This record gives sequence, structure tokens and C-alpha cells, in this order.
Amino acid sequence: MKRPRLAASLVGFAVVMFAAGAQAQGSAADEIAKYRQMLQDGNPAELLVVRGEELWKQKRGPKNASLEQCDIGLGAGVVKGAYAQLPRFFADTKQVMDFEARLVHCMVTLQGFDRAAVTKSPFSGAGQRQTDIEAITTFVVEQSRGVPVKISQSHPMERASFERGRQLFYMRGGPYDFSCATCHGVDSQRIRLQDLPNISHNKQDAARAFTTWPAYRVSQGALRTMQWRLNDCFRQQRFPEPIFISQGTIDLITFLGVNAEGAKMDSPAIKR
Amino acid sequence: MKTIKAVMSVGAVLVLASCASPGPTREETMQVVKSSFQERGIAKLDRLEQSDLQLACSEASLKNKDLPKDVRERLEKQQMATIKYPADGKFLGDWKAGERVAQSGVGMQWSDNEKTVNGGNCYACHQLSPQEVSFGNIGPSLKHYGKLRGNSEAVVKYTWGKIWNTHAFNACSSMPRFGDAGILTEAQIRDVMALLLDPTSPVNK
Repeated sequence: MKRPRLAASLVGFAVVMFAAGAQAQGSAADEIAKYRQMLQDGNPAELLVVRGEELWKQKRGPKNASLEQCDIGLGAGVVKGAYAQLPRFFADTKQVMDFEARLVHCMVTLQGFDRAAVTKSPFSGAGQRQTDIEAITTFVVEQSRGVPVKISQSHPMERASFERGRQLFYMRGGPYDFSCATCHGVDSQRIRLQDLPNISHNKQDAARAFTTWPAYRVSQGALRTMQWRLNDCFRQQRFPEPIFISQGTIDLITFLGVNAEGAKMDSPAIKR
Repeated sequence: MKTIKAVMSVGAVLVLASCASPGPTREETMQVVKSSFQERGIAKLDRLEQSDLQLACSEASLKNKDLPKDVRERLEKQQMATIKYPADGKFLGDWKAGERVAQSGVGMQWSDNEKTVNGGNCYACHQLSPQEVSFGNIGPSLKHYGKLRGNSEAVVKYTWGKIWNTHAFNACSSMPRFGDAGILTEAQIRDVMALLLDPTSPVNK
């Protein structure tokens, strides 16, 4: 990388200050990009894929059943490519469901687990073992790698889910007056040095966001799911806590997924 | 006559079709939203109750439009009335303390509590002191803020007002109402003011 500092000193003090500031930030961003590149070499999420697959196939729960008959949208037992078409409408529950909601549904109906117990702590805490939901989600999303995102909008409830998600995306509230759009509605915005995807108006950004979650978060040493991603956004938005797999969270994921239409899934990804 | 009837019935079908699947109304969406959140720690459910300003700005950005001029002016006037200037006339505190406020991003999240000293998190969105290269760009750069503007009474009062309640100057600004919403104390705002306006602050070096 060329350093413009020496040349700039001929142009005057103000320019030097500007160039140095811009360069300092530029090189910090470059270093972060390098760090991210290095992370791509080995993703610890691979270990979780293995555990998730075992959990998927194991007979568990009061009904001593595996999840292999779970219908996640492409028919009972079909895992390949299934994550890339969620959320979608399910006739048996008459609901639009994302993957995590559908997984809980199968754990309850097929395996006989207690819904409240399963959904009580869906996300692992710092240094804790990853939850079963996180492990199974990692396995299932991995089975959609390279598959184009295709979120159905043919059922009226799917269209209603998208529209509610869109409205929630723009809903300003809380003591800081933030909406999702405050950070994710304009191109090339950053918080500190963190780039923020423009989810509402930029197809490429929406695609990158949708296709790279779930992801292994290096700073937390943990795999994080899309439901977790929304949860942590709302914490920083100073909202109350979104209920795990609630309709509102699913609607936002529908909104994001439709905006990401056609992009290829690339999850579990690895992030800072 | 026949063609007219045919045209009319096509029209009727179109109207029916659009009535058959109307999008969810705001009320319907809000009902779903309210059932989708739970209180946690200091983050209670009343945070989902939108103020007139939050509602108007949400609707405008949903439609990707600016507020109508009369609405914007009315809201800005309302917000202007919320600004409290320091009773003792002291607007500037300690820029070093202001820098700490600008760096800190905690406060009012469910991961915080009543005892958390809220930060202003200015660097999340603004450039300030040139030494800090990790700054965001949602707001404009504030480097050399005081150097460029001086510290006349008008500048000082305007800056205080912007921090206290930015919506008084730009109804749908993205910036939080640091004074009006009780995010920062008056003393903290004084310190941030010094960070921006004190000639010895690194912001103005």
C-alpha cells in the first residue's frame, strides 16, 4: 500500500491532517479485511455441523423419535436446500415459519419435547456449550450452501408476513427513537468501523446479510443464528426483547429473505 | 353497451381482487409486534408505544418520502419546546470527561441496569477527535467543530439544543434525544459540549 503522507506535506497542513486521518482509518479497515480473510480458512462451525447432524438423526425426547421425518418445507425428511426457502407458509400449522420456528415445531410434535422448555434458552451464553437448536440449525443451513434463496410469496399469509416485516423494519420506537432502518436503510453506513448492510434498498447488501447467517462469531467464540442476530439488534435498538421465533421476528426474516431473492446461501459463515 | 358491461365487470373483478388480499394495516401489524416482544430488565414493553414524532417519521420512511412541510414544522416546534438550557448559564464542562462520554456506548439496553452510567456513543456515528480512527459515518464529521464555528452564544445554544433534542432542528433525524429522553445528564452534556467547542479539545486541534 502506498503511503501518501510525504507527498501531502507539500500541499499544506490541512491536507496532511485530512490525508493522515483518512489513511489511519483506511489502514484500520484494511487490517480488519485481512483479519476477516484469514478467518475464512477454518470455520469452527464445521464441528457444530457434525453435532447437529447427530442430533437430527438421533432418537430423542419422550417419543423417542428422530427429526428425520421433520418437514421443513420440501417434504418430510428433505434437508438439502430447505433452509434457502424459509420462512414459508405451512399448511399444518397455518403459519409462516422460519427454520428455527419449524425446528421447535418438529421437536415438540415429533419428539414430544415441551415447547416452553425447548424455547426457554435458545441461545448459548458466553463460554457455554452451544444449544441443540444452534447445533441443528448449523447442520441444516450447511445443507443449503450454494442454493439460491427463494422465499415464496404466493400464499396471502406469506405476503402479509413480508408486509408486516417491512412495517416493523421502519418502526421507530424506544428511548433512542431507532428503527431497523436507522442503521440498515442507507448505503455504506458504518457504526464505528463496522459496515452496516442496507437491507431495505440494496439487494446486494440484503443478500449478503441473509446468506451469511447463521455465522460463527469469532469475538464470541460461538455460532449465532438469525434469531440471535435479530435479538442482538433489538438490544442495541433499545427495544424490549423480541420473543424467540415470535411472528414479528419471522416477519422481519421474511422481509430480509425476499429482498435477498436469488442470492446463494453461504452459511454458516464466519464473522469478526 | 356490452363492451361497457364487460369493462365494468373487469373493473369489479380487479377491485375485488385487491380487496381479497389487502395488506396488513398498521393496527394489525402493531398487534403482531406487541405480541412479539417481552420486557427484559430495564427494557419494558412501553417502549413499543410510539410518540407522534416516532409514528410520523416511521410512516414517512415506510413510504420513502419526506414529511409534509406543515407536519415537519409542527413537530419541530413541539420538539423545540422540550429543550432545557442550563439554569446557571454554564454550557461548557470538561472535554476530557466529554471524550469518555463520546466513547461509551452503554445504557438503556436490557443488558444494562438502572445503575449503568449511560454513554453518548458519539463515535458510533461521528468523527470527533482525530486520534480516534474508529468512528462511524451515520452522522456528519464533527472534527474541528468549534474551530470552524467559533463559540458565539448562537453556536453554543444551537449545539446544546442539537444534543438535547435534535428533532427540533430536523424532525426525523436519526440521532437520539440525549437530553429530552434522559439518556445523558445535564453535566454529561456540558462535558460533550466542551469536547466540541473548547479550543483546547482535541476535536479543535
